Amino acid sequence: MSLKHKNLLSLAPLSVEDIQLILETADSFKEVSGREIKKVPALRGRTVVNLFFEPSTRTRTSFELAAKRLSADVINFSPSSSSVVKGETLLDTARNIEAMQADIIVLRHSSAGAAETLARGVKSSVINAGDGWHEHPTQALLDLYTIRERGMAFKGLRVAIVGDVAHSRVARSNILALTKLGAEVRVVGPPTMIPLGIEKMGVRVFHHLDEGLRDVQVIMMLRLQLERQGRALFPTIREYARLYGLTAERVKMADPKAIVMHPGPINRGVEIAPEVADSLSSVILDQVANGVAVRMGVLYLMSGAN
Amino acid sequence: MAILIKGGQVIDPGRVNGAADVLIDQGKIAAVGANLKAPAGCTIIDAKGLLVLPGFVDLHVHFREPGFEYKETIQSGSAAAVAGGFTTVCAMPNTKPVNDNQAVTEFMLDRARTAGLANVLPIGAITKGSEGKELAEIGDLHRSGCVAISDDGKPVMNSLVMRRAMEYAVAFDIPVVDHCEDLHLAEGGCMNEGLISTELGLPGIPAAAEDVMVARNLSLSELTGARLHLAHISTAGSVRMVREAKARGIKVTAEACPHHFTLTEDVVRGYNTLAKMNPPLRTGEDVQAIKEGLRDGTIDVIATDHAPHATQEKQQDFTEAPFGIVGLETALSLTLALVDEGVLTLEQAVDKLATAPAIAFGLKKGTLAVGADADVAIVDPQEQWQVDPSKFKSKSRNTPFAGWKVKGRVRTTIVGGRVVFEATPAER
Repeated sequence: MSLKHKNLLSLAPLSVEDIQLILETADSFKEVSGREIKKVPALRGRTVVNLFFEPSTRTRTSFELAAKRLSADVINFSPSSSSVVKGETLLDTARNIEAMQADIIVLRHSSAGAAETLARGVKSSVINAGDGWHEHPTQALLDLYTIRERGMAFKGLRVAIVGDVAHSRVARSNILALTKLGAEVRVVGPPTMIPLGIEKMGVRVFHHLDEGLRDVQVIMMLRLQLERQGRALFPTIREYARLYGLTAERVKMADPKAIVMHPGPINRGVEIAPEVADSLSSVILDQVANGVAVRMGVLYLMSGAN
Repeated sequence: MAILIKGGQVIDPGRVNGAADVLIDQGKIAAVGANLKAPAGCTIIDAKGLLVLPGFVDLHVHFREPGFEYKETIQSGSAAAVAGGFTTVCAMPNTKPVNDNQAVTEFMLDRARTAGLANVLPIGAITKGSEGKELAEIGDLHRSGCVAISDDGKPVMNSLVMRRAMEYAVAFDIPVVDHCEDLHLAEGGCMNEGLISTELGLPGIPAAAEDVMVARNLSLSELTGARLHLAHISTAGSVRMVREAKARGIKVTAEACPHHFTLTEDVVRGYNTLAKMNPPLRTGEDVQAIKEGLRDGTIDVIATDHAPHATQEKQQDFTEAPFGIVGLETALSLTLALVDEGVLTLEQAVDKLATAPAIAFGLKKGTLAVGADADVAIVDPQEQWQVDPSKFKSKSRNTPFAGWKVKGRVRTTIVGGRVVFEATPAER
């Protein structure tokens, strides 16, 4: 089987079979990361460019490790060292990189749609590593992988996504993926953080955390962007933590076997209490580990090397 | 030199609608009637099967000069205007420097005379630098030729300043034009707020950002007695409020743009920067409300908000790309589509393109009455053509209608009794 997509820009165009293929491909690469010599020659001679217009340590590192474990040549390109400050457009920057024969461009950008704009202009494959508030497809895929690793079936799975859904690309990608796989998705947050029309994407909206968590099997916490306090989305971090922070007490509202997820980096004591983040139900570090395997799978499938 | 336009269907809204000849002499309409005799040496234009209309009046264009000549100049903008049948256009003051003083106004008028195509009438700024703080020298602007005042694109947020501007404008009997947008509500937004902005992860501009300012402006117009003209209304809420205000006798006129009655926010999908304008494209319900407003007279005027931008500017990613599209060369066809659809009669369409805008701004234009300036558009209502931006007279190509197959095209445009545009077969 192979993936019939040149790019991974969004989860919207992926079929259930596509998603399953990516997860199964990641299975075979997860094993590689457990070896003493963590490398396979699958992408030898291929060039992967990490084009990160927005600061990111973990996603970039994860893609870099994934590409290196597949033996690809990896170049990291970030705005501080680029000509972007000189007014070059995104497309021109990308075309220059492409002229150096990049096979895959991994793009992180602060503007929604940047990956789609880029993909229209270059022949290389483009992987969206986060575009504004829009999507972060590999994050959702690694979340799916982590859920599946826990032996949970997606059909009928009750998932609560909690926090600033309006400004979260992680939430959008997960909503698209989980609803496609038949999960029952809830979003929980103050109305200021729930975007207009979201229920038409197939989710139920809750404004009270206890209600939203009732009987869910997966709790997906979103990172609170602390600087948004000045923008009238919530009064204080203190009140946000009281109303929407996940405490051990609140986890009890959920299914007894529920898992707690977070895309990181976490604000301890704000959206998640330390004892929850460090508890047995937390799979936050599994998500990080699985991120490398899933990205290896995506890079491999995108490169057409199969 | 006299011109006789023979055998066309003359539509002069409210006055004439039928077969007639039009005689032009010394820059004025000399006669309208059946079987007019051609004076000696007169040029004869055969208008058989064509519409003979008062030249269109666009209350809302951006000609970018001075300051942004790479997007458009008064010369290129005027050429686009007459190619679209517009004989008079009102140029917004968001130039660089802002048209907030007599010198800039006179410069624009001088450039327009040099171009010698359309009548270009400047709109002066409401406030100095369009910063929304201190009133511009509105009296001077008026005296030097500005026909209205507006801080278009940078709406006056301070309601007291807006009140004072309206009061002051009463003395000169000029309309105050507002781009209704609450900048706080719209902050950072780049498309209509709703399901599609949610799906695309783009910051949205809610309909309420327009509606609250329409409500404010109507209240201030009622308070001050000023003539209020609402630029490019785009929401069902605006239409509803204007309808109610007119019923109560408030002195308000309103315009709608072809893109707002033709397209919905759906065309933004794919992060299409050519579908990025302000106000943004709205929902199907809003489009219906705009059409209904045009039909029942709530919306008086069709204006283009012709907003040229360079290719590289629209090639940026969606959030960075500037708002706006060009419109002068597609407005007629998109308006005639409303006639085909049964929303407007042909006479209503001509009224909204020519007669009503002239009345809204108190211009002696938009009519073929004997003695009026001979500004005429001769139109083939049946000609089918495909929109090809590379053939635009405008310097800019930013239109979402590229490739559209449309109907109705200008054959000849006459300004002040002079033929300023003739479609050549190559352009057809």
